[in-house]
Amino acid sequence: MKSALNGKTMAGLAIMGFFVLIAIVGSWLAPYDPSAMSSDIMEPPSGAHWFGTTQTGQDIFSQVMVGTRGVLIVGLVAGAIATALSVLIGVTAGFLGGVADEFLSALSNIFLVVPALPLIIIVTSFLPDAGDFLIAFVISATGWAWGARILRAQTLSLRQRDYVEAARATGERTWRLIVFEVMPNLTAIIASSFVGTVIFAVLSVITLSFIGVASVSNWNWGTILFWAQNAQALAQGAWWWFIPAGLCIALLGTALALINFGIDEYMNPRLRTSIGGKVKMRVGFTPVLRQEGGRS
Amino acid sequence: MRFLLRRALFYLVTAWAAITINFLLPRMLPGDPVQAMIARFQGRLSTDAIASLYVLFGLDTQTSMFSQYVTYWGNLFKGDLGLSFTYFPTPVSEVISQSLPWTLSLMGVTTVISFVLGTMIGVYAGWRRGSWIDSLLPIATFFSAIPYFWLGLIAISVFAVTWGAFPAAGGYEPGLIPGFDWEFISSALYYAVLPALTVIISSIAGWILGMRNMMVTVSSEDYVTVAHAKGLPERRVMLGYAARNAVLPSISGFALSLGFIVGGTLLVEMVFSYPGIGYVLFTGVNAKDYPLMQGIFLIITLAVLLANLIADVVYLLLDPRTRKA
Amino acid sequence: MTPVLEIRDLSVDYGQGAGAVHAVSSVNLVLNRGEVLGLAGESGSGKSTLAYAMTRLLPPPGLITGGEVLHHGRDKEPVDVLGLTARQLRSFRWNDIAIVFQGAMNSLNPVSTVASQLDDIYRAHRPEMSRGQRSKRSAELLRLVGISADRLGAYPHQLSGGMRQRVMIAMALALDPEIIIMDEPTTALDVVMQRQILEQMMRLREELGFSVLFITHDISLLVEFSDRIAIMYAGRIVEQAASEDMYRSSAHPYSKGLLGSFPALHGPRRPLTGIPGSPPDMRTVPSGCPFHPRCPSAFDACEREIPVLEKLSGTNGDSSRSVACWLNTPSLSGHPGVGAT
Repeated sequence: MKSALNGKTMAGLAIMGFFVLIAIVGSWLAPYDPSAMSSDIMEPPSGAHWFGTTQTGQDIFSQVMVGTRGVLIVGLVAGAIATALSVLIGVTAGFLGGVADEFLSALSNIFLVVPALPLIIIVTSFLPDAGDFLIAFVISATGWAWGARILRAQTLSLRQRDYVEAARATGERTWRLIVFEVMPNLTAIIASSFVGTVIFAVLSVITLSFIGVASVSNWNWGTILFWAQNAQALAQGAWWWFIPAGLCIALLGTALALINFGIDEYMNPRLRTSIGGKVKMRVGFTPVLRQEGGRS
Repeated sequence: MRFLLRRALFYLVTAWAAITINFLLPRMLPGDPVQAMIARFQGRLSTDAIASLYVLFGLDTQTSMFSQYVTYWGNLFKGDLGLSFTYFPTPVSEVISQSLPWTLSLMGVTTVISFVLGTMIGVYAGWRRGSWIDSLLPIATFFSAIPYFWLGLIAISVFAVTWGAFPAAGGYEPGLIPGFDWEFISSALYYAVLPALTVIISSIAGWILGMRNMMVTVSSEDYVTVAHAKGLPERRVMLGYAARNAVLPSISGFALSLGFIVGGTLLVEMVFSYPGIGYVLFTGVNAKDYPLMQGIFLIITLAVLLANLIADVVYLLLDPRTRKA
Repeated sequence: MTPVLEIRDLSVDYGQGAGAVHAVSSVNLVLNRGEVLGLAGESGSGKSTLAYAMTRLLPPPGLITGGEVLHHGRDKEPVDVLGLTARQLRSFRWNDIAIVFQGAMNSLNPVSTVASQLDDIYRAHRPEMSRGQRSKRSAELLRLVGISADRLGAYPHQLSGGMRQRVMIAMALALDPEIIIMDEPTTALDVVMQRQILEQMMRLREELGFSVLFITHDISLLVEFSDRIAIMYAGRIVEQAASEDMYRSSAHPYSKGLLGSFPALHGPRRPLTGIPGSPPDMRTVPSGCPFHPRCPSAFDACEREIPVLEKLSGTNGDSSRSVACWLNTPSLSGHPGVGAT
């Protein structure tokens, strides 16, 4: 795995680590209670309020700090559950083949095609009290199919490799085959599907909070945007109310995408953007770089 | 043809699954949506309406689950999705049919533009791997990580509030009567610019990145090397051999991206108060208007399935291997 | 004999800087007009890299780091292929050198018909041809390789493996090139089909008079079908000889090993011996003669110095025989410590 830790992955992991840190210590470091109102109403960023204040005088910096935890909990929990589901379903389908495979593949394809966000919105709004974990569960119930599909394809091709066939011929049990022969070769794909699901879950939970389906008293970045939108922050020119939360979302999303690029490039080295060296490579026209004497 | 039949069958099964989920949701999940609604309307609901609500959500214990299911299907075939509560007593189907054209045109146009443009940029970026275009990829990644609705908010604050070049909300000049005349259509186009740009900018990065990676992979296929060896013009190799093959997975992956794009577009409509289905869904969600939400989910799913079927037909036309008798 | 293609001191790297892998090192090779030159070696020996490099089709991170590839056209001054501009290179390709690639499965564009892939060639090189002329020529080419003209409208997946390879040969002949490179043209096919296609290729050569550079790991095919054979190991040519001589009295221990790993097609049966060990990892090529760790006759000089390709000693008149082996330097074998190069 050493070469998977290229520049992109490192940058992604660094940003991700930063947010995880804030998620853990954010509520202690936050200078104010995110819900506490004050007389500093709609103030632009200042020394006292780094990200400014809301219409009711709440400190936005504290809201962003405290809100990080909810976003990450939902993202990571949903990512973990969905990945577990996709491993279970995808690997089983790919390994068993036959009718079981047909059925499980059809199931994942259905979940892929049905638009997830509207479904999540409806399910969540039917639930009387949608807390973080419940939302994470709903998101993972709709977000496992993509990973399952890729894992199934990969398992299918692994199953036919010689060493698996050999192990099968020696009469090893199916679960041992899956755990010891197949799974280790799926690590990179599982990692990438986990990261992909976390992106999906983060965007979903923020969206749910933004449209007010999730409980709006739980602080997360989406909730901040919900209140900003409700208070017509845009029309009042209170840019500081919605810029920080949005940038945090984009930054977290970029970090996760970078981690995934790193994994992709590790699996398929051709995708690397920089080839290195000073000569321009061009498909179909191999460059000529004469080292001594002549010139190209 | 067998390919298309298989796909059509799959979409029928999917439609059945979506409809059944829709049927089961209010019956399986905890809580009593009808009580919530009665409380909300504070006595303004007639006893008839309340009774029909209980039937709709399957909370009347007199009939069996199965006969409820049959009734549900019967109503669906009649186009009866129940009554909306936000727009009481307008039927849900009518609310949807008024807003659907807006969404379909906004989403259709932006999806096509973003797919075509993104694919073209991706083709070039993948072909000229290592060129200056690669330096745009991190920016593309950043944009693809931004939620659609937040970009919409930024667009409103920059172009509508600060600059005032475009309207911040709505689908057409207030006061105009929707119709097929130039005044209305030009106004609708003008109002659509910002939402459309938002959707395109948010979704294009995904197509660029996907197509670039496919081009890089396909460029090392033997037939591309052969095309170079044949001394064909570079354009011909790039388009006729590499891109022509690289676009196939993009089209079959269309299905997977569509659900995501639909979700994003609905949110953009909410932000822009665009008179499409997304905005109606937003009002429905805030008012806990369950029949409306469920009807919208159903219509969106069917529309997505139809779009998928179209993508399959395109795939069929582009890949001779699926045309095997 | 007049040369049609002359490779001089060609070197190819994968990657640049410190991590560069030297896949081909200072290769000299001459292809004469009308002959079939065989190029053999295990996978990873650089034989395909050489073929791709001389047409500049090597994909990134391949890089040509030195040498010349001179093409001696009929009634033309020799041109260095490595010095051509992109436009000149495009017109040179297929007009003068056509290639029949390894793995016919993937060599044809899966989404277009045989006819349209042939048409692409005429459109690029013979824009004056009319539609009628183009389809007439295409039908003629298919007939030449024994495929009925009604397969012109077929897509690659509708053809069998052997037919696909024949279509590739037909394509290679489209512009009447002087040189055809065949890179493992028959590895994906069964033995019967392999023979049929090679025999057909040789008939066509008699008829049309092109030269062939035939690259394969199967040296027994070369013995049968080529006039001369060059053997590559770890990016260098280690021996060159006429097929007969190579078969009967190869001089390099590696050639002997290679010949011993395939059953003889004709003549008395002999035991299959093979070569111990495996080809070197090109990132860490052994010092001196790269073959020395696997060589049964290696002695201490082999570990220190790379032997150069020289005329085989004791064969005064025969200029076509050369070998890169310290055994060929009588003064050296048994007398370690004398530097060469």
